Amino acid sequence: MTSAPRSSSRATSATSARRRAAAGRVWREFRSSRSGLVGLVVLLVIVLLAILAPVLAPARLLDVTQIDNPINHPPTWSLPLGTDPSGRSVLVTLLWGARVSLLVGVVATLLSMVIGTVVGMAVGHYSGWGAAVLMRVVDFFLVLPSLVLAIVLSAVLARGVWTIILAIGVTSWASTARLVRSQTLTIESRPYIERAWALGAGHRTVIGRHVLPAVLPLVLANTTLTVGSAIIAESTLSFLGLGDTTKPSWGSMLKVALDSGAATGGFWWFVLPPGLAIVVVVLCFTLVGRALESVINPTLRGR
Amino acid sequence: MTSALLEQDVEATDADRDVRGGTSFWRYAGRKAGGAAFSLVMVVVLGFFAFRILPGDPTRSMTRGRIMSPEQLETLKRQFGLDEPLHTQFWIYLKNLPRLDFGESYVYRRPVSDLIAEHLGATLLLTGVSAAIAIALGLWIGQRAAWRRGSWFDRLNTGSALVLWSVPTFWLGLILLLVFGGMLHWLPTGGLKTAGTTATGIPLVWDVIRHMIMPVVTLVAVTYAQYLLVMRASLLEEMHADYLTTARAKGLREDLVRRRHAVPNALLPTVTLVFLHLGGLIAGAVTVEAIFSWPGLGYLTYAALSGPDLPLLQGTFVVFSSIVILMNLAADLLYRFLDPRVRAA
Repeated sequence: MTSAPRSSSRATSATSARRRAAAGRVWREFRSSRSGLVGLVVLLVIVLLAILAPVLAPARLLDVTQIDNPINHPPTWSLPLGTDPSGRSVLVTLLWGARVSLLVGVVATLLSMVIGTVVGMAVGHYSGWGAAVLMRVVDFFLVLPSLVLAIVLSAVLARGVWTIILAIGVTSWASTARLVRSQTLTIESRPYIERAWALGAGHRTVIGRHVLPAVLPLVLANTTLTVGSAIIAESTLSFLGLGDTTKPSWGSMLKVALDSGAATGGFWWFVLPPGLAIVVVVLCFTLVGRALESVINPTLRGR
Repeated sequence: MTSALLEQDVEATDADRDVRGGTSFWRYAGRKAGGAAFSLVMVVVLGFFAFRILPGDPTRSMTRGRIMSPEQLETLKRQFGLDEPLHTQFWIYLKNLPRLDFGESYVYRRPVSDLIAEHLGATLLLTGVSAAIAIALGLWIGQRAAWRRGSWFDRLNTGSALVLWSVPTFWLGLILLLVFGGMLHWLPTGGLKTAGTTATGIPLVWDVIRHMIMPVVTLVAVTYAQYLLVMRASLLEEMHADYLTTARAKGLREDLVRRRHAVPNALLPTVTLVFLHLGGLIAGAVTVEAIFSWPGLGYLTYAALSGPDLPLLQGTFVVFSSIVILMNLAADLLYRFLDPRVRAA
C-alpha cells in the first residue's frame, strides 16, 4: 500500500522504485504457481499464432471463391483438420477465428473493467442518494441474466465486432463494481486515509493516489478471470448468429456446424476444434487469473 | 463468520451484513422487495428503450434483407404504433404491460403473450430439473472435496470443475448431439417429445424423459461446477473454526462433525449464490434450447433473433429478467429463515 507521497521528485522516484520491487515480487510468487505458468505460456503461444495468422495462412484461403477443396472432408495430410461445408480448411478458419475471439474477449473485458472500477470506486467512496441509486443499478446488472441483455443489444444494434464488444462490456461489469466497492470501503477505513483527509487532500487525491493503486491489483486478477467468460460470451453470441458474418470466429464456426447439421451428421472434425480452442484459452485465462489472485491475496491459496 | 475475503471472492450479497445488523425481518424484507421492484422497473424501462432509442429504425431491422415498398413500411410502422410520439408509445407499452401484452410477433403473426404462455412450461421443466440436479451434485461434491482438501478426490473434482467452467454450454450440447445423436443414435436429437406421438401416461413421460436427457446433462455439466467451487470455498472458511474443535473434543465422529456442524454453516453464503447464478442457467437455456429444439422461451428467443422479431424479443427479455429478479428476491428472503442466528433473535 502506498502512503501519501511527498511532492518532491526524490519521493516520487522512491515510490516508483517500490512499485517496481512490488511487481518483481508478484512475478516471483507467480512463477511458483506451476498451473499459472503453464497457462501463461500456452496463452502466449496462442496469441502469437493469432497475430501471425496472415503470415501462416494468407487471407485468400478463407475466400470461398478462391479455393477448390472438397466440402465436409475428413482430415488428411494436406488438410489436417478437414474442411467445412463450404470447403474451407478448418485449421485456417480456426487460426483466423482466434483473432476475433481474442480481440473481442480482451477489449470487452477492458471496457467492463473500466466501467466496473469507476462505478465501484464511486459507490464505495461517495455517500448520499446518488451513490445509493448507483448501487441499485449495480445490483440490477448483477442479478440480470447478462447474456439475455447482451443478446437484445446485439440484435438491436448493427451487426459487427464492435457491437459484440459493447454488448459484452456493458453487461458484465457489475461483479467488478461490487468487488472494487468492497475493496474501496476496506481501504478508506484505514488510518492513512484519515491522515490524508486531515492534510487537506480532496476527493481526487484520495481516490487517485490512495484508493486506485490499492484497488488495481485486485482488478488485474479479476481481469484475467473475466477475459475467459467474455470469450465464452462472444462465442455464444456468434453462435446465435449475432456476430460479424464476414469474419470467422470460433463461435460462428460452431454456428455453421449446427446449421449445416455437422453434429447430427457426425462430422467431428468440424465440431471439436473450435470448442476445444475456446476451452483451452478460457482455461488458461482462468489458471493465470487464479494464480494472480493467490499472489495478491495469499489467504486464497490452495483453493 | 464470512471474512471480507470470501465475500469478495464469491461476490456474496449485502445479506451477510444485514444479518448481523439485527434489523427486523419486515424491514429487511421491505428493503429487499424495494430493490427487486426497482430492478423490475429498470427491466420494464430498458425493455422499452432498448428497442426504440438505440440507433436504427426498428422497421428497418424488422425488414432486414427484405424488399419493401414505402407504403408497406408505413403500414408496418402504424401496426406497431411506431408513428406515435415516443411518450405515447411508452404509455401504451405501460398500459399493456399488466396483461403481458407486447403486441404481435412479427414472425409467428400471433400475440407475443400467447407464445410466451405456450413456451414457459417447457423452460421451467428443463431449468427446474437441471437446477435441482446441479445444486444437489455441486453442493455434495463441493463439501466432500473441501473436507478432504488436497486429496485425489478434491483435486480430480476441482480440476474437472475448472475445465467444465471453461466449456461453452452450446459446444457441450453439440458434442452430446454429435456422439449420442449423430454417431450412436441412442437418443432423440430434438424436441420435447416424438413428433406426432399419440402416447399418453407412462409412455409419454418416458418419451419426454428421453428427450430431456441431453439438454439436462448439458445444463447440469456447465452449472454444477460453480456450485461446487462456491461450496468448497465456503466450507474451507469454516474448517478451522473453534466450534469444530469443540465438536471433535466431544468425541463426535468426523462424519457427524461435517454433516451437523460445518456444512450447515457453510451452506449460508452458498444459498444466495446459488440463486444469484440462476441467471446463468437461464442464459444457458437459450443456447441449449436452440440446439435441441426444446420448445421453451430460449428457443423462442433464438427464433426471434433470426427475424429479428423485436416484439417477441422484447417479451422474452422482460419475462426472463423478471423471473430471475423474483427468484433472487425469494433467495434473499429464504436466507433470513435459514440463518439460525437471525431466527433466534
